[in-house]
Amino acid sequence: MAAPVLEMEGISKGFPGVQALQDVSFRLFPGEVHGLMGENGAGKSTLIKVLTGVHTADAGLVTIDDVDTLIRGPLHAQRLGISTVYQEVNLCPNLSVAENIFIGREPRRFGRIDWKQINRRATELLARLGLDLDVTAQLGSCSLAVQQLIAIVRAVDLKAKVLILDEPTSSLDRGEVARLFSVMRRLKADGVAILFVSHFLEQIYEICDRVTVLRNGGLVGEYPIGELSRLDLVAKMTGQELTALEELDEASPDVVKGERLLALEGVGRTGAIDPVDLDLHAGEVVGFAGLLGSGRSELARLIFGADSADTGVIRTGGGPVALKGPRAAIDQGIAFCPEDRKGDGLIMDLTVEENIILALQVSRGWLKPLSQRKREELVGSYIKALRIHPPHPYALVKNLSGGNQQKVLLARWLITRPKLLILDEPTRGIDIGAKTEIQKLVVSLAGDGMGVVFISAELEEVLRISHKIEVLRDRRLVAELDNDGTLTPEHILQTIANGAADS
Amino acid sequence: MNRADAPSRHLGILKHSLFWPVTVLIVMLLANVIFTRDFLAIRIEQGHLYGSLIDILLFGAPLILVALGMTMVIATGGVDLSVGATVAISGALACDLIAKGHGLPVAIGAAIGASLLLGLWNGLLVTRLGIQPIIATLILMVAGRGIAQLITGGQIITINNQGYKLIGGGYWLGLPFAIILVAVALVVTVVLTRRTALGLLIESVGGNAQASRLAGIRSSGLIVLAYVFCGLCAGVAGLMISSNTLSADGNNAGLWIELDAILAVVLGGTALTGGRFSLAGTVLGALIIQTLDTTIYTAGIPPRTTLVFSAAVVTIVCLLQSPAFRARFTRKRPERPADPVSTGPKQEVTA
Amino acid sequence: MTTAADVLRRSPVTPNRRHIPVFVTLGLLLLTFSIGSVRYENFGTPQVFLDLFIDNAFLIVVAIGMTFVILTGGIDLSVGSVVALSGMLCAIGTSKLQLPAPLVILFVLLVGTGFGAAMGYMITAFQVQPFITTLAGMFLARGVCLTLSENQISIENGFFDAVALNSLRLPGGNRLSWGAVTALIAVAVAIYVLQWTRLGRNVYAVGGSEQSAMLMGLPAGRTKIQVYAISGFCSALGGVLFALYTLSGDPTHAVGMELDAIAAVVIGGTVLTGGSGYLIGSVLGVLVLGVIKTILSFDGTLSSWWTRIAIGVLLFGFIALQRLIGARRKSRRSAPS
Repeated sequence: MAAPVLEMEGISKGFPGVQALQDVSFRLFPGEVHGLMGENGAGKSTLIKVLTGVHTADAGLVTIDDVDTLIRGPLHAQRLGISTVYQEVNLCPNLSVAENIFIGREPRRFGRIDWKQINRRATELLARLGLDLDVTAQLGSCSLAVQQLIAIVRAVDLKAKVLILDEPTSSLDRGEVARLFSVMRRLKADGVAILFVSHFLEQIYEICDRVTVLRNGGLVGEYPIGELSRLDLVAKMTGQELTALEELDEASPDVVKGERLLALEGVGRTGAIDPVDLDLHAGEVVGFAGLLGSGRSELARLIFGADSADTGVIRTGGGPVALKGPRAAIDQGIAFCPEDRKGDGLIMDLTVEENIILALQVSRGWLKPLSQRKREELVGSYIKALRIHPPHPYALVKNLSGGNQQKVLLARWLITRPKLLILDEPTRGIDIGAKTEIQKLVVSLAGDGMGVVFISAELEEVLRISHKIEVLRDRRLVAELDNDGTLTPEHILQTIANGAADS
Repeated sequence: MNRADAPSRHLGILKHSLFWPVTVLIVMLLANVIFTRDFLAIRIEQGHLYGSLIDILLFGAPLILVALGMTMVIATGGVDLSVGATVAISGALACDLIAKGHGLPVAIGAAIGASLLLGLWNGLLVTRLGIQPIIATLILMVAGRGIAQLITGGQIITINNQGYKLIGGGYWLGLPFAIILVAVALVVTVVLTRRTALGLLIESVGGNAQASRLAGIRSSGLIVLAYVFCGLCAGVAGLMISSNTLSADGNNAGLWIELDAILAVVLGGTALTGGRFSLAGTVLGALIIQTLDTTIYTAGIPPRTTLVFSAAVVTIVCLLQSPAFRARFTRKRPERPADPVSTGPKQEVTA
Repeated sequence: MTTAADVLRRSPVTPNRRHIPVFVTLGLLLLTFSIGSVRYENFGTPQVFLDLFIDNAFLIVVAIGMTFVILTGGIDLSVGSVVALSGMLCAIGTSKLQLPAPLVILFVLLVGTGFGAAMGYMITAFQVQPFITTLAGMFLARGVCLTLSENQISIENGFFDAVALNSLRLPGGNRLSWGAVTALIAVAVAIYVLQWTRLGRNVYAVGGSEQSAMLMGLPAGRTKIQVYAISGFCSALGGVLFALYTLSGDPTHAVGMELDAIAAVVIGGTVLTGGSGYLIGSVLGVLVLGVIKTILSFDGTLSSWWTRIAIGVLLFGFIALQRLIGARRKSRRSAPS
């Protein structure tokens, strides 16, 4: 095998209270796609940040092309040939598409920026990816998936020796993922070393040559992908014999449909989702399946009143209700965990306790504060029940890992004892252990008579826990499928592909 | 540095954020003792309390009041630049009405009413039109002084009304009335925010407005309330200032008080980005600013250089509160040497 | 030499929604100027228009610096004080110390730039909010002014006199002061820097998203220090122009000029959150403020405080307009995804 283009040896990095990386080693060879796997909090992000110079390691060596190197910052990393594309698009929304690709290394003529050349070259680069865009348009006017691809175009054009893709696929649909993979294969053929982070196991097996597994800041090992079964991989990531998944399969949903909680009649919103008819019952888990942009989140937001509907009526048991805003929905016993935990869900600077009691306190009104004792009791019981770690109510939420943040958000709503719980991508970007816990929780909540709407991009997950699956496509509800045990992800995919034809 | 020490975190952070303001205040007070032996003494003359400490409280009263209102606005993630203008308008209106022969209740009522309206205007610009607070209140900051001058006709209105004098310059129960007024305002604010859930809701809105909405908080009401409260505080402060001199100066009354108030809030450890707020910190911050003025005076430094010292204190306190600054000087700087070499020596400096 | 018009013609961005505020400001300028011309005799002459540049040369220059700072999402409250300090230093240097004027001016510009850079450093390295840092800077500069002298110092210097009393003669018997010429050159340079250099584009990038700019490998910290240094330089240059204009230094000069500068930038269509706006808009903003003041001075019956009220009303109008455009764009953006 050729010499590694990049080698990290004995890397350690600590933050106040957390040892994020402990003596981790990592090798990357030219012309390979290398998966970096681990649960949240395993140290993947920290390792990447050390590699891109955002953090400096407390100890350890980084060797690039056999030269000991201290990476001083993102710019320096880029100069060394290390480019990164992050999960959240890190481009400037106020600049043009072309400028986002070239900023920092704009071609210049007579000392000044050559805009013509920038626009021409940007158009060419995007065309190679099959993207036909107005490169002078503001980036902010493009869809998130397109922005992601633009970020990759930027990274690729930086003549990178090492390309880091940090969960680039979490907001792409299947077609876009396929396009990304074809680009990755070509880069690989050109000898670029690609470090690929993804939570989707299928993608890892489809594209990667080798994987490195991290757990709790330590190195578990490095394996050729062909020699590692999925179960082994998951076991190594979680550090336990993973029987939880099968367990859940056995606890497969019994349909105990309760009273009708909500009926949507022609509820829609221009530009978000076409009018929808939908019944939601107590004790029932309804899965929303569809690709990104299919309208699944938009529909959830309408049900919660986060956006207001232009058309249609929503009825509860007691007749039609006007859900003007989240507060009205909460008063009807509806709860909503949004997809964007950090932006729409939690208040990062407040404590776990404050975040958990927030919704309950809001519905009590500000004049009736919960007593200290009551708070401790309530919050303590949910921290215990959901196994929130660290189990301390006064920890700041921003210091928790993604999975634990998601649990805090769940606790906020469970504490209000809602009749209908809407979960938008509750398991996205969190580790497998927490994921299974949340899936189990959903099943048991429904068993206790709560209505649940479960939205996820992972069809397997939706299938596993839903009684009924609403398939959305292109902002339309195209089919309603009963999950009678015979449904497979392929069925759903076919429904999405064929539109409303069969149901 | 035991920031990760979770159990003591709640109390620890409170102590932490007020530690520097308290220290600075104590150092300044002690420095005064060097210049004036009996600086800390409080004596009773004719049933009234006198002394330098009382003076600091008295002269600082309007600032504390304005800063209290400012704290609430800043906690929602906003800022109110128009408080100086509100101070001027409130004083101008009250004095103008008194000078025209109206009674005290009418004058004070009108001034307070106007202040509430100005606060409401700011609040509506921020919530209804969704204008960034710093800009929304800039409008009134610019226009407000024009309005105050319009009321006074560009003149300084002087009045002679002993009842009005009580607000800012009179005594009640042996204490300057202004101090009592501020103490009441402080207690009311603390009770309203910390004995109810109002404080939590405001911190939540200031911390993340979008998430707060999805948690069911109707933030516009809270935000408007904060601006109205801030307007009210500024209005009362305006009455105090004009009552103290029994005159209204549309051009200079409350000049730059918005900056001092924001400073007081920041010195007290409340971040300008909103969220967590500390009323005790704000009062401390305002007292630091006022004590600084007094110190310069008692130390015999020419008053015109006051601003240089203000700048120095602001810089020092802000730097002390800056985690980046503290990290640089408390640790032995393990990271990012100033001019590292790209190859060669490795990063095991601390190993 | 690249002129402003030349640069504008080859503007890298085609006209779009983002240019609307600038055109509105231009329209407003024409409108107010026409109103003045109709209402008052001798108003609608080229010289009155040129006087706008002459009387506001220092504000134009200060607004340039403020535009750079605001484009990054920051704010600089120290500009008025730095203008006053620069004027004081000019007066003391030339008239008390009898130093050669070019040397004094060079020194003043260096002080201003260094002052701005120091504030930028504090903001970047120690993450102290710009509002607070520049507030401290405002106190410091004003305090130093007052410490240097409590009174006005008049400038008696051959160079200053010569520059102040002479002017550029234009066809038609009109004239433009050298201060105004300096301001226009500064505008042209600034437009070039913003649109055609990496520094300028970094300013926009940092204003759009500082986090992204940093991760894209742009020198975000350095850019922020640079914009405050530029603002310090512009304030110092503005101070020199102010000293030329008044032939004196006074510790109470330019009190509140930061508000005028911010108002001009906002009226010129630059968004205070950063990342969006054009320098030419700020210049138009200054001219609009200038026209209002000119109208008040032509009309003897209006009191001076109406200026402030008028500026407030204008600010409100423009901010409401920005909101309108911004809200529409946002609703367009949130529709897909």
